[in-house]
Amino acid sequence: MDRETKISLMRTMLRIRKAELQLAVMFKNGKIPSGAHLYEGEEAIAAGVCANLRVDDYITSSHRGHGHCIAKGMDLKSMMSEVCGKATGCCGGKGGTMHMFSPGIGVMGTIGIVGGGMPIATGLALAAKLKGIDQVTVSFFGDGASNNGSFHESLNMASLWKLPVLFICENNQYATSVNVRRSTSVKDIGVRGISYNMPGLTIDGNRVEDVYAAASEAVDRARSGEGPTLIECKTYRIRGHFEGDPSWNYRTREEVAEARLRDPIEHWKQVLISDGVLDEAGFEVMNAEIDNEVAEAADFADNSPSPKPEDALVLGALHT
Amino acid sequence: MRQEMERDSRVFVMGEGVGPHGSCFKQTDGFCDLFGEDRCRDTPISELAIAGAAVGAALAGMRPIADLMWIDFTTLATDQICNQAAKLAYMSDGQVSVPVVFRATTGRLRSNGAQHSGSWYSWYINTPGLKVVVPSTSYDAKGLITSAIRDNGPVVYLEHKMLLNVKGEVPEEPYAIPLGVADVKREGTDLTLVATGYEVVDSLKAAEAVEAEGISVEVIDPRTLMPYDSDTILHSVRKTGRLLVVDEGFRFCGYGSEIIAMVVEQAMDDLSAPPRQLTAMHTTVPFSPSMEEYVFPNPERIADAIRATVGSKRAVKELSRG
Repeated sequence: MDRETKISLMRTMLRIRKAELQLAVMFKNGKIPSGAHLYEGEEAIAAGVCANLRVDDYITSSHRGHGHCIAKGMDLKSMMSEVCGKATGCCGGKGGTMHMFSPGIGVMGTIGIVGGGMPIATGLALAAKLKGIDQVTVSFFGDGASNNGSFHESLNMASLWKLPVLFICENNQYATSVNVRRSTSVKDIGVRGISYNMPGLTIDGNRVEDVYAAASEAVDRARSGEGPTLIECKTYRIRGHFEGDPSWNYRTREEVAEARLRDPIEHWKQVLISDGVLDEAGFEVMNAEIDNEVAEAADFADNSPSPKPEDALVLGALHT
Repeated sequence: MRQEMERDSRVFVMGEGVGPHGSCFKQTDGFCDLFGEDRCRDTPISELAIAGAAVGAALAGMRPIADLMWIDFTTLATDQICNQAAKLAYMSDGQVSVPVVFRATTGRLRSNGAQHSGSWYSWYINTPGLKVVVPSTSYDAKGLITSAIRDNGPVVYLEHKMLLNVKGEVPEEPYAIPLGVADVKREGTDLTLVATGYEVVDSLKAAEAVEAEGISVEVIDPRTLMPYDSDTILHSVRKTGRLLVVDEGFRFCGYGSEIIAMVVEQAMDDLSAPPRQLTAMHTTVPFSPSMEEYVFPNPERIADAIRATVGSKRAVKELSRG
C-alpha cells in the first residue's frame, strides 16, 4: 500500500467518525427529525473497501449507511442535510438517513429493509455482465442480514452466474438488540461462502489494512470475471442500534468499553506513526481540517431550508 | 415481448423456466433460440432474488422482465416489489428509475387450489409507485406489455390463466396501448359494468343474456388498474346512471370497492340506483370444482346482479353473495 493510500484511508475514517459524532450531537439538539443508525467504530470497513473502487463502481448499503456514502465520495453537506430532512440533501429530503442515493458516484441506495440491498446488488452486477463492462458492485450489510433469505438467494444467484459483486458482511455483533451468538448458527459468517461455492473470508474489520487487502483481491477477482466473494468483517457497534437506544438491557458497559480499546482509527494512527507516514503534528493538522469541514457541513445542513410540503408529490423536485 | 427484445437490447427476461423450456405457460417459447440464454435467463426458484436482481439491473439501465410465474409466488418477492422497486425512484428524488416489469399469471384456473388461484392485484394497487396491468384480450395483452416494457417505472403485469389459451386477432406489427386508458368492450345505455381479466369475458356473456330482456349493458375494461381511467368510467355512469363492478378479487379493500367509492364521490347525483359489486366470496379458494365454482362470479350471477341493479322484476338469486 503506498503512502498516499495510507493517508487517504485515515482521512476517510476520520471524516466518517467526525461526521457521525457531529450527527449524534445534532440528534441530541433536536436537529434530526428521526433517529439515526450511526457507524462509529466500523469505519475501517467502508474506508478499506471503497478505497478499491472506481467512481463508476456501485455500492448498496443498509440502514447504517452514512459511512459507506462518505467513503464512496458523497459530500458531507449533502449527506448531513439529507439526515436533517433538508431540501439541500442528496435526495431533497425524500430519502432521509436510511435512504441515500447518488448514482453519479455509484451510491445506488442505502436500503432501510435489512437484507434488501443484496438482491439489488446482484442485479447491478448482472447488468454489468450483460453489458460486458468491468464494473464492480459492493453490497454492505450486517450480521443480521446474513440470516435473511435474501442473503442466501443472492449469494447462490451471484455465484451461479459468476457476477462481479462483493458481499461485505459487517459483523458488528448486534442485529438491533440481538447478539450474533443468539441469532446465528455459525461462529464465522464467512464460512457461509462455501455453501455457495464462493470464497468466504472472515477478517478483522477493525484493521483497515486487512480490509483493504481482502477487498483488493476480491475486486480483482470480480473485475476479471471470476465471480463474487463473501467477506465477513468482524467489528463492533459502539453506539446503540439507533441514537437514543441505551442498549444497556442487552449488553454491558464493560463490553463496550473493551471494544473501544480496539478502535480502528487509533490502530491505524499507530501504524502510520510507526511507519513514519504521519506524525502527531500531521495527524492534528488532518484533524483540524476535518473538524472544519464537518462544522461547515453541519452549519450548512442546519441553515438549509426544509423542502416545500407540496414537493412531496413531485418526483425529482430537486434534481429535475 | 419478442418485438420489444428485438427493438431494444436492454430488454431481457428472467425467471424460473423461461429458458429452453419456454416458461410455464409458453410465453417465452423459442426465445432462447432468438436471443440466447443470457437474455432469456433461467433462474433458481428464488423469487426475492429474481425480483431484486431485476430491480438492480433496471437501476443500472437495463429493462428487465422478471417472470414470477404465479401471482401467489410474488408474496416471496414482496419486499423487492413494494419496498424497493416502487420506492427507489421516489426516495432518490428521481435520481434513479426502475424500469422493470414483474410478470405473473393471476386468478383461478380449474382446481388449482388455495395457493395457486390468487387475484392479489389490490395489494399492488395499494402501493404508490407501482402500475398494475391486467389485460383481457390478446390484442390488449400485446399492446399493454409493449407499454409496460417501455415504461420508466415498475409495472406489475398480470395475465389471467383462463385467458392464456384464448386466441384473438393480433396485428403482426408492433403497437403500444397506453397505460391508464380503459376500453369500452361493449356499448350500452342502461348500466355501466366495470370488469377486469377473465370477468370481462363472463360479463360480456351476461350482457348478451340480458340484452334479450331489454337491458342494455356497457362493459368497460380498465385494462390498467393503476393508474385507472376514471374519466371513461364516469362518462359512462353519467350516461347510464347505474354501476356494477365485477371483480375476481375480494370485496374488502378491493379494487371494486375503490371504483364504487370514486363514482360515489364524483358522480353521486348521476346515479339512479345504488352501485353494486359482485366479487369472489371472502374465503380461501377451495379445490373441489363444486365448491370452487360456488365462490366466484359466473355469467348467471353477473346477469342476476345486472338485473338487481337495474331493478328488474325478474327473480334475483343470492344477492347477498360475496
